[in-house]
Amino acid sequence: MDFFLAILVSIFVGCGVYLLLSQSVIRMLLGLTVLGNGINLLIFTAGRLTREVAPIVPAGLYTPAGPIANPLPQALILTAIVISFAMFSFLLVLAFRAYQTLDADNTNTMRLAEPPDAPQPPLSY
Amino acid sequence: MDEQAVLITGMTATSEWLVVLPLVLALMGSAFLLVLRRAKGAPALAAMLVVIGIIACEIALIGQILRGGPVSMTMGGWLPPFGISFTADLMGAGFALAAAIVTLLVLIYAEAERAGEGARDGFHALVLLLLGGVTGSFLTGDLFNLYVWFEVMLIASFGLLVLGGKPLQLDAAVKYGFLNIMAASFFLLALGLLNGLLGTLNMADIIGKAPGANPAAMTAVAALLMLAFAIKGAAFPVNNWLPASYHAPPAAVSALLGGLLTKVGVFALLRTMIVLLPGSYGLLQPLLAAAAIGSLLLGPLGAIAETNLRRAIGFMLIGGIGAVLAGIAMPTPDGIAGAGLYILHAIFTLTALYLVAGIIEQRTGHADTRQMGGLYAASSPLSLLFLLLVLAIAGVPPLLGFWPKLLLLQASTAGMGTTIDPWRLLLTLALLGNAVLTLIAGTRIWAHVFWRGGWEGEGSEYQEAPLVAVPRNAGLLTFGASGALVLMIVVAGLWPNPLLEAARIGVADMIDPERYIAAVELAGERQ
Repeated sequence: MDFFLAILVSIFVGCGVYLLLSQSVIRMLLGLTVLGNGINLLIFTAGRLTREVAPIVPAGLYTPAGPIANPLPQALILTAIVISFAMFSFLLVLAFRAYQTLDADNTNTMRLAEPPDAPQPPLSY
Repeated sequence: MDEQAVLITGMTATSEWLVVLPLVLALMGSAFLLVLRRAKGAPALAAMLVVIGIIACEIALIGQILRGGPVSMTMGGWLPPFGISFTADLMGAGFALAAAIVTLLVLIYAEAERAGEGARDGFHALVLLLLGGVTGSFLTGDLFNLYVWFEVMLIASFGLLVLGGKPLQLDAAVKYGFLNIMAASFFLLALGLLNGLLGTLNMADIIGKAPGANPAAMTAVAALLMLAFAIKGAAFPVNNWLPASYHAPPAAVSALLGGLLTKVGVFALLRTMIVLLPGSYGLLQPLLAAAAIGSLLLGPLGAIAETNLRRAIGFMLIGGIGAVLAGIAMPTPDGIAGAGLYILHAIFTLTALYLVAGIIEQRTGHADTRQMGGLYAASSPLSLLFLLLVLAIAGVPPLLGFWPKLLLLQASTAGMGTTIDPWRLLLTLALLGNAVLTLIAGTRIWAHVFWRGGWEGEGSEYQEAPLVAVPRNAGLLTFGASGALVLMIVVAGLWPNPLLEAARIGVADMIDPERYIAAVELAGERQ
């Protein structure tokens, strides 16, 4: 099971990186999401997959009665999902606003901050 | 297993609350200011009061660390590594204090720069949120928690970067945003693997468990962490997002981002490489040295070729990041102390440089040095501030920038008489070359902006450059805030002994983290 999930992670990360290398802002956004999901899946897989019961300690005991699933990766993923969702929303709005203002959804034509016709370095001292 | 072994049974000592108090103040203050943003006049004052409170807490915290070593506090009643710890050592707390002082001065500066804009756009709330993220990154004792603080810092910096919504800012924010979120994703990827390998993300626990893990896998994790933090810190060859974005927002925001964010990135690199995974980065050391040499030389070369004032400063910043990387690549006490002191110096100097650049842009009405000139006649004190900062960033002796460079050179030339390590030799040459190139870049900008009579071009040397009149009060505020920073740099440079002594203590705790681990009180190690 771990093996197949590891392959799935590599497909996700590969697709994410491929999309991130694109010039289109929307594709880059999708790439970031796919990459994020791949990483979440990786945290889940790296935390060991176990077909055990939910990690609940019975009343009156300090430790669980039998083997339990590892709850930590799930907590980490939950945090990561919330954060990446917030970041994705921000970037989505930013991309839309940049499209409205700059009339560009292609990074090749977004050259305000780094003008393509940059002046020659000054020669005087 | 009994209850005593995993639970914190007693009350948290009052003194331990000091570790989280700055964060509570920053985050609560930020939320409070968001509510207050329509009140007239109040938000700016409230934000400054909150930052003053944070500074007071951090001074008390540093006092306590000096008396009894690192301080740690763990949340939720579970002993670490089950509970999430905040652990402050001298270096982290010192940088947090520097960040708070710088933020206070930037808030004062922003009052004049944003005259009449009020606080309805949430500027003050975002600044406090940014400070909260930076402080959290410096004080946390848990790697996943560090990731969360990075994101807090990131979202606040996004907000500050696009505030105002000029096309240039949106363009810059797209590049900044994608690259930094990608860096955070790599960080998370490394954390997932680390958690799978060690089963813990608590820093003190990692120090103990890392040597027992698969060394090849640990090196991969260290390499991923290095990539993530290098992007954050804008080190060569992943530095290109910085000069593309930091010149877009207003000068006060530029100063905050340039002074604080990249430093958090390289400090995280310092901590992970030197303290957490010292056994795993042997293979990466040449890579770090190469990145350091690249940043050291290409940063100031970029500044020499650049005509936009704040973009040129961005390139100088990258050169400084190279100096910190050089220290990390030479993990001797001198090297680490040099890297640490350089971070401190860069927090003050880069903020001040961006602030002074803001004043210059305000007076000349342009962002390009070709359309600047004649400022010396108009304001010679301003030219003095800029020149002092240029000398400080190049590392000329009586200023703060000299001491970390001296420590780094001592580290790189140690033992040079008997054996010659090619990397150290190259690092020495790069450090010296960086000083010369930065001096050339900085003094040339100074000559263009202040000495030249007018704009660049035929005959313009003799024509008067047009200057914008600035209201007296606003001028005094902006000049006072940047002047105060420059004064600190000069004073710290003239009397460096307390800082050098503090660096020595901080480095001792990093190289031999026994006191750090003891402060965290891991489960099973008590009694």
